[in-house]
Formats: sequence, C-alpha cells, structure tokens
Amino acid sequence: MSAPAQRRIIFQHIDEPGYTNDIACYLKHGGYEVLKKAVTRKPEELIDEVKKSGLRGRGGAGFPCGVKWGLVDRKSGKPIYLIVNADESEPGTFKDRYIMYQDPHQLIEGTMISCFANNVKQAYIYIRGEMAEGARILEKAIAEARAANFVGPNVLGTGYSCEIYVHRGAGAYICGEETGLIESLEGKRANPRIKPPYFPAVLGLYQCPTIVNNVETLCHVKYIVEHGGEAYTKVGTPNNTGTRIFCVSGHVQRPGYYEFEAGKITMGQLLYDVCGGPLPGRTFKAVIPGGSSAKVMKFGERYKGKRKIGADMVDYDWGVEDVPMDFDCLAMVGTMGGSGGVIVMDDTVNMVEALANINAFYSHESCGQCTPCREGSLWMKKITTRMVHGEARPEDAALLKSVADQIPGRTICAFGEACSWPTQSFIAKFGDEFKTYHETKKTVVEKTRELV
Amino acid sequence: MIQPAKPDLVTVNIDGKEIAVPKGTNVIEAARLVNVDVPHYCYHPKLAVVGNCRMCLIEMGMPAVDPATKAPVIDPATGKQKINWIPRPQIGCGTNVSPGLHIKTTSAMVKEAREGVMEFLLINHPLDCPICDQAGECKLQEQATSYGRGYSRFVEQKNVKPKRTQLGPRVTLDDERCVLCSRCIRFSKDIAGEDVLGFVDRGSYSTLTCHPNRKLDHNYSLNTVDICPVGALTSTDFRFKMRVWFLKQTNTIDTESSVGVNSVAWSREGALYRITPRRNDEVNDTWMADSGRLLYKQVAAEDRLKSAESLDALVAKAAELFKTSAGSIALVGSGRSSVEEQFLTKKLATALKASVALVSRTAAGDKLLISADRNPNVRGALVTGLISALPSARLAQLAADIDAGKIKTVVSVGEDLIAAGLTAAQLAKVSVVYLGTHANPTSIASKVVLPTLTVFEKNGTFVNQQFRIQKFAKAVPGLSGAQDDLVILSKLVQAAGGHETASEVNALWPAIAAEVPVLGTILYRNLPETGLLLDRSAWAGLPFVEGETLHYKPAQPAATATA
Ligand SMILES: Cc1cc2nc3c(=O)[nH]c(=O)nc-3n(C[C@H](O)[C@H](O)[C@H](O)COP(=O)(O)O)c2cc1C
Ligand code: SF4
Ligand code: SF4
Ligand code: FES
Repeated sequence: MSAPAQRRIIFQHIDEPGYTNDIACYLKHGGYEVLKKAVTRKPEELIDEVKKSGLRGRGGAGFPCGVKWGLVDRKSGKPIYLIVNADESEPGTFKDRYIMYQDPHQLIEGTMISCFANNVKQAYIYIRGEMAEGARILEKAIAEARAANFVGPNVLGTGYSCEIYVHRGAGAYICGEETGLIESLEGKRANPRIKPPYFPAVLGLYQCPTIVNNVETLCHVKYIVEHGGEAYTKVGTPNNTGTRIFCVSGHVQRPGYYEFEAGKITMGQLLYDVCGGPLPGRTFKAVIPGGSSAKVMKFGERYKGKRKIGADMVDYDWGVEDVPMDFDCLAMVGTMGGSGGVIVMDDTVNMVEALANINAFYSHESCGQCTPCREGSLWMKKITTRMVHGEARPEDAALLKSVADQIPGRTICAFGEACSWPTQSFIAKFGDEFKTYHETKKTVVEKTRELV
Repeated sequence: MIQPAKPDLVTVNIDGKEIAVPKGTNVIEAARLVNVDVPHYCYHPKLAVVGNCRMCLIEMGMPAVDPATKAPVIDPATGKQKINWIPRPQIGCGTNVSPGLHIKTTSAMVKEAREGVMEFLLINHPLDCPICDQAGECKLQEQATSYGRGYSRFVEQKNVKPKRTQLGPRVTLDDERCVLCSRCIRFSKDIAGEDVLGFVDRGSYSTLTCHPNRKLDHNYSLNTVDICPVGALTSTDFRFKMRVWFLKQTNTIDTESSVGVNSVAWSREGALYRITPRRNDEVNDTWMADSGRLLYKQVAAEDRLKSAESLDALVAKAAELFKTSAGSIALVGSGRSSVEEQFLTKKLATALKASVALVSRTAAGDKLLISADRNPNVRGALVTGLISALPSARLAQLAADIDAGKIKTVVSVGEDLIAAGLTAAQLAKVSVVYLGTHANPTSIASKVVLPTLTVFEKNGTFVNQQFRIQKFAKAVPGLSGAQDDLVILSKLVQAAGGHETASEVNALWPAIAAEVPVLGTILYRNLPETGLLLDRSAWAGLPFVEGETLHYKPAQPAATATA
C-alpha cells in the first residue's frame, strides 16, 4: 500500500514559491479572517470548539489542549498568561522553526485567538536562544499585526486588548520544559518547578494562572476555530485528531518535514514511500520516532497485542514498518509520538556510539537540580564515552541499564524520563552490541569521537 | 491571653500507624511525630520547599472512592477501604497531608529509590570524611551508612570542582562536597535578605558560588554552614579545630541583644570552640547572627580580670568603703546581669540604701535577630524591681550627684562608667567598687576590683524582649581568679549588713519566686529549654526601644493604638 498524500494544514505555505513572511502576503492568502470572526464569538464557544476537536499538544506530551485550557484557574482574579513554547530543542525536531521563519502570522493569529478565548491580556513567545533570526522575524510580524490592529489595544475595535512579547532564551534545552521556561521568563535559572504545587494552570508565570502551548498546537487552534472542532475530528484518527508534522532526519534518501493526517500513515510508508527508503546498499536498523528522548524501535522486532478500533478490540501484530504514526499506536508499541522528530539509523550505525552521542546531549542539558537526573545522566554519559574511547567492558551494559533504571519517575521534571529512556531502550534492544563492543570494530571516526 | 486557634487536624497512616496531624504538615514532619525518619537533604523546616535532592521519596496512597458515586471502595480481603497506591515514589517534603493519606517509608520501592539517590550523591563526592570537618554531623555520612551500598560501581573520573573557596570572611566552600541542595542559597536570599549565592554551570557540573562582585559577608553567613547538610560550607573559624564528637553541648543564650537567641556552646576540656543556634520557633527559629557566635572568644581573652587575692579579702576592702561612705553610695546595675544577679543587686542596693541606675545600650536593630536594645536583660531588671523606668545611656544624675559631693562610693556591676558618661575627674572624686569580667578604664580606676564570670561560665536566666524568661547554663568552668557573680553579690550583701542569701541559682530561686510577683510559680530547674512567657502587663506602658524583629512586634504606642 503506497502512502497517502500529504495533508498540509499547518505547513500549507511552507516552501511555497513566492510566499513571504510579511503581513501583506499573509493577508493576500486570507490571513486574520479567522481572528476577525473569532472575536465576534463568545470566548467559551471557542474553548468548546477546541475541546470538541480533541486537539492534543504538539510539544511532546500530547496532552489534550482543551483539557489544559479547562484546568486554568479563572476564579483567582489574577491575570491569565499565555506562553508560546518556541524553544524547539529536542534533537531531531524542526517544525516550529519553519512556522516561525516562513509563516509567523499563522502563529500570531493562532496565539491571538487562543488569548481571546482564554481572556489573556499578555502573551509571551519564548523562542529558543539560537534562533536569533526567528526572534527578529516574529518581532517584525508582531509589529505589523499591531499596526493592523490584530494585536495590541482594542483589537479590531472590540475593546479586547492583548500584547504579545517575544522573549529569547539563553540556549538551554531545559528551557523548553514548561515550568523551567516560566522560571527563565521570570529572569531566573531555568530550574523546573515541583508539581504540585506549581501547576502552570494555577501557579505559573509570576504565580498567576498560565497556559503553555507549543507553536504548532496554537496553529492547529486557528485551523480548528476556522473549520469547527467537529470538522477537525474528521482529520486524522479518533483520539489522534488533526495532522502531524514528521521531521525525518538521518539515513533516508529524502529527509525533511512531512505533514500527514495522524495515524493515516505507517512508519514504513513514511520511510520508504515518502522518504525514499534507505541509502543505496544500506538497510534500516533502528528508528527513534518522536525526538531523541523517545524509546528506540528496532527493525525486525514485532509488536503484538489488542487495540480498540471503534467499539471492537482487534489483534495487531506489527513490525516497525506497520505502526501507524499517531500518539496512541506509538505508545502501544512502547515508545512515543513526542515532538514528531523521526531519527533514522541504518546498518552503518553502531548503537553504542549513537547512544554515546545522545547521552552527551542529555548530560549537558540536565539543569542539575535533582539528584537522579543530574548524576545519572552524566554517569551514563561517562560510561558510553569511555566505551567509545576504547575501554568498554562487557559488564557496562548491565551497569548502564541499572543506572538508567534509577532515574525515571523520581525526578522533578520529565527530563528524568527523557535522559533515561534512550539508554533503557538501547540496552533492551541492542544489548549484545553493548556487551561485545570491546571487541567490535569501531565505526566512529576520531574527529566525531571528540564530541562524546 | 488570646488562645491560638486549634489547628485543623487530619488523620493519616504512616507505616501502619494512624496519627492526627495539623493540616498543611508535610510528610517528613508528620512522620517525625510517629518517630519515623524520612531522610532528606534539601528540605529544611524554615526554608521554602524545592524538592531537589529526592532523598525523601516515599510511597503514597489514597483511599479509593468510586469515581461516579464518590462512595468508598471496600477491599473485600480486609473489610477496610481500599488504598490506591501511586506506582511512582513521591517526595515527602513536597507532599502535604490530606485526610486518609497513606504513606509507606519502608517498602521495596522506597528502599530502592533511597539507595539510588544515595549512590548518585556519592559518585562524584570526594569521600574525604577523614579530613572533613562535617564528619560526625554530616547527613551524607549518616545516610550513607543506612542506604549506601558499601562499595562503588563508579569507575569513571570524578568531577573536579573548586576547593577552599573563601565565600566571605567567615565561610569556606568546598564545591566537590556540595550536594547542590540549595539550602544556603535559599537561606541567604529569603531569610537573610541577601541574594548573594547561586549556581553556575549545569547538570552535574553545577557549582555553587557567589554572584559576581558579591561576597557572603552578611551577619548571618554562618547559618549557611549550620544548614549545609554536608561539609561543603565550613566555618573558617572552626575549621580543623576539633572533631565535633569530642565536644560537649551546653544550652546558652545569646547576649548580643534583647532578642535572646537560643544557642549552644560547644566545649571540650574547659575550652569553647564554637557557638551555634538552637531551635526555638518562638524566638529565633533555627538562626543566629554571626556576631553572637564570636562572643565565646571573650572567655579566654587576654584582658580578663582576675585576682590573686582571696574573695574574702576583696570583700573586706569593699566592706570598709561601705562603712566609711555610708549614706553616700550609688549603685550602677546592669542589663547584662542575669535575673538572679539583678535580684541580688537589688538586695545590695537596699542594704546600702544606695540609689540604683542602669545603663542602656542601643543601636539600630537588624529587623531579624538583633534588636535595638543591646542589653540582653533590661526586662529582668524591671521584673526583679531593680529599676522601674527604662534606663538611659548616660549616668547624668550620678554625674551631678558626684559633682555635688553627694556620692563617695560607686558600686558598678560590670558597667564601664567612663563609657556611660562619667569623666575621669568625676571618677577620681569617688571610690569605685567594680565587679566585672574584662579590664576597662573603670576597672583601672577602681579601688576594689571583683573579677566575675562570663555568661558561658555560670548559670542563670534572662528575660528577652517578649518577656520570655530563658535559662542559660554553665558550659565551661570559671576562670581561676574570678568568682561567680552570685557568690560575690551575696557576700557584698552581707558585708553591707543585709541578710544572708543563697549564692547558687537553684538555691536562690525559692527566694526569687517568693519575692518577685510575676516569677511566683517558677523554679529554675523547671524552666523549659525554650523559655516561658511572663505576664508583662505591668510594663505595657513603657516605651521600649525595640522595633520589629523575627517573632517580635512592638506593642503599638498608646497614642496610635486607639486611632
Ligand atoms: C525536558 C523537556 C523539554 C521540552 N522541550 C519542549 C520544547 O522545546 N518545545 C515544546 O513545545 N515543548 C517542550 N516540552 C514540553 C513542555 O513542557 C510542554 O508540555 C509543552 O510546551 C506544552 O505544549 P502543548 O500542550 O501544546 O504540547 C519539553 C518538556 C520537557 C520535559
Ligand atoms: S529532572 Fe533533570 S532537568 Fe528536570 S529538574 Fe531534575 S535535574 Fe533538572
Ligand atoms: S553548599 Fe551545602 S547548603 Fe549549599 S547547596 Fe551545597 S550542599 Fe547545599
Ligand atoms: S527533602 Fe529533598 S526532595 Fe524532599
């Protein structure tokens, strides 16, 4: 079965010849029409549309957006803030960047609709520090939208006012974790907060109720308000509504980003039909389906079980290629859809070396607050680094697993999971490679070895 | 008196034991009440909860209810309400009690979690206990014994971090020992109000340091040493002086001001080594100013007064002066004397028919634990009736009386009369009998010098700004050549023709209780270690100098109170 066609609702204009990121171009393509209609409706209606749509957050966890908005404390009398999480730092993920660079007004319109729906008077776009150009583009776009009265005081003459500010991070992955982001926005070190009590919906930015949503999520909100929540549920599959953007990187013929209806395409269709399959003479070995923290999938392994389709429980027996690309199916097979970053590794990759690379990243990015993540991530890194530098021991596989097992579920934020899942899954699936690494011919070249 | 509102109690179950605890209590404190220890590093009862060390992980469950009907779900096996145990460990410090909360602190999950955290804390730790000052009072050492593996699985290079950093004049930092609990940062910022400490770098390379161009030099810096659970922060003064397990601890009171900070004097073989705060939730919580910790150095100071003559010989000289100047004697008492000493000072004044003055000592308070009144016991002088009005800083009346030729002898209980405003010429006109600990211009000008003891060498009580009577105890033996103030005072009372009195605190208290109305029912040995609030209504109208400090709000002046 060949792959379905792409369904570009968020990336509709990305890389479209002649499409520019200024407001004139956006307006020419029907821009801000949705906002104009939205501000004539009741905010609760808009929230209901989002609830109805079943939209799940695109930042990684897939948390239902309508539910998140429903948890916001609206009785405290404190202002409600909305933060656009534009910190996109998960290795393998590069979708928010395209929206901001090429179609920033789509994000601004989605943000303004979401702000109006939630009675937010002040919104922040927290953009990854390295994306300096992106910040400039957004600043310019906001200024244009402000001049056109889509942002700022008395939006479109409705009496509703809302400002959007761009805030640049200082270049740390942990600033993408929502409570770390909030600390950073407050001018502090991005140490994630303990939950309870600091749930953003109640005690977020400046201890006020706060909504944190991913860039892509807010763009979906615009689409939902335009077409209705009901219509949105028709896109994708039940409980996995809408489209997903897959950022495919690594050993395929045509890496890149592709937008498909969630669950309507399998991993095999994506990698073979869409991305052109492995490089000449190579075979696929492993794929990480949702950003580098997602658990790795091994080509050749089978996933069996029962799943719900409509009212029925149906048996499934899948290889990696057969797994439908949506939150639930990927969770069923023990990994996650995460941020949509699909990282492909072929038979030239040594898994010890791949893990050494991932561990180097996470140990460098742990904020260092809580003991298991801080010490565990660096210990795992030191082990895999030592291994690729020539002093691997057969017992390192078991040690790595044991160290990784002491981290998840015991930390302040989900970085604990993010940094331990790669090791856990690599050892579980490629354990032999780790046990025998001391006698393997090393594939990693001297120059890249320095990185780990 | 206003009764504090009874706290709302909730019943929780900790390792099978049911206990009712006030709402808002966290699991660590609730467990303490049933003698269950939940190990922890970052949690401190007087600091904000941040939950970063993960040592306090516990297993937690809530009574099951039917989601639809909210009716309790009964476990058929036990006939009791079913408990839904959360499959992941939770932090005890950040979990507050709620009705029916169930806690396990000894389950396999908890044990494994603690052992994991313990191992992680040790992998990059230098393990230099044999040369570490914290040994003996180190939480890492203690908990490694309970939850450590006893061997290391870590074969990698340990992280290298700065050693022996001087964070300020009194605190030394060894970053390799730091477990990054952030207690010191939180204390400095939130309690001392000085945001000077922070971490630089990330992950396991995180390093505690001072903010650029700042020093940890505020007057509360040594509290960071107290609360550092490991040997990362040490007192530059105490470093390498003595193993803590050799030291004897004696409860004492800080004499710096009328706050009456509760503290502990640490001594060995008659020598003092350090002073640390002692928890009193009504007075100083767990804190103490650095300045008060240095006071122990007075004990072995070069300028201590001592006498080769016997006390009886010295008292006889004083008696001679009392006789020759009868009717023209003035007495200067002290707000630094204990209640017991002030009680006898008053007896001496009565026997001598002497006027009594006290010297006040004031300076701006620091709003935390040093008040504007730098005498520890002015209220004791009021309570014992030694004075009835607040003292002033200068002895103006006494100076006038000397100038007028009305005074021939002045008895000073520890007060430097020159510092209190008398001139050398005025002192030259009178004979001075001086009781004191250290040499000063007055002791030099005195006819009779009776060397006395410092607060660390004797027993007694002070009444602090809250009218809380608090006791201090003798930590080290008195200096040879000096005598207990009470012994001297009781001999002087007799020499002045007064009745014989006891000269030891316990023996003296029945007389104090009998004669001083607000101390009526108190005995020294029954005083709780955290003190006892006295009825202060008799002195409510006095314009005390103290402003607000921790756990103390001055009474509204009468004029504004009615507004
Ligand atoms: C370590 C860590 C890093 C994260 N980084 C990002 C990120 O870069 N961008 C993002 O949108 N969400 C990130 N998240 C998820 C956010 O915490 C948060 O769940 C998300 O922004 C919510 O938006 P959504 O509901 O629209 O997905 C991260 C989470 C963790 C634990
Ligand atoms: S899990 Fe890691 S990143 Fe998250 S708070 Fe703890 S140390 Fe920081
Ligand atoms: S120096 Fe001590 S108190 Fe401060 S963070 Fe380190 S371990 Fe904690
Ligand atoms: S005491 Fe440190 S996490 Fe609870």
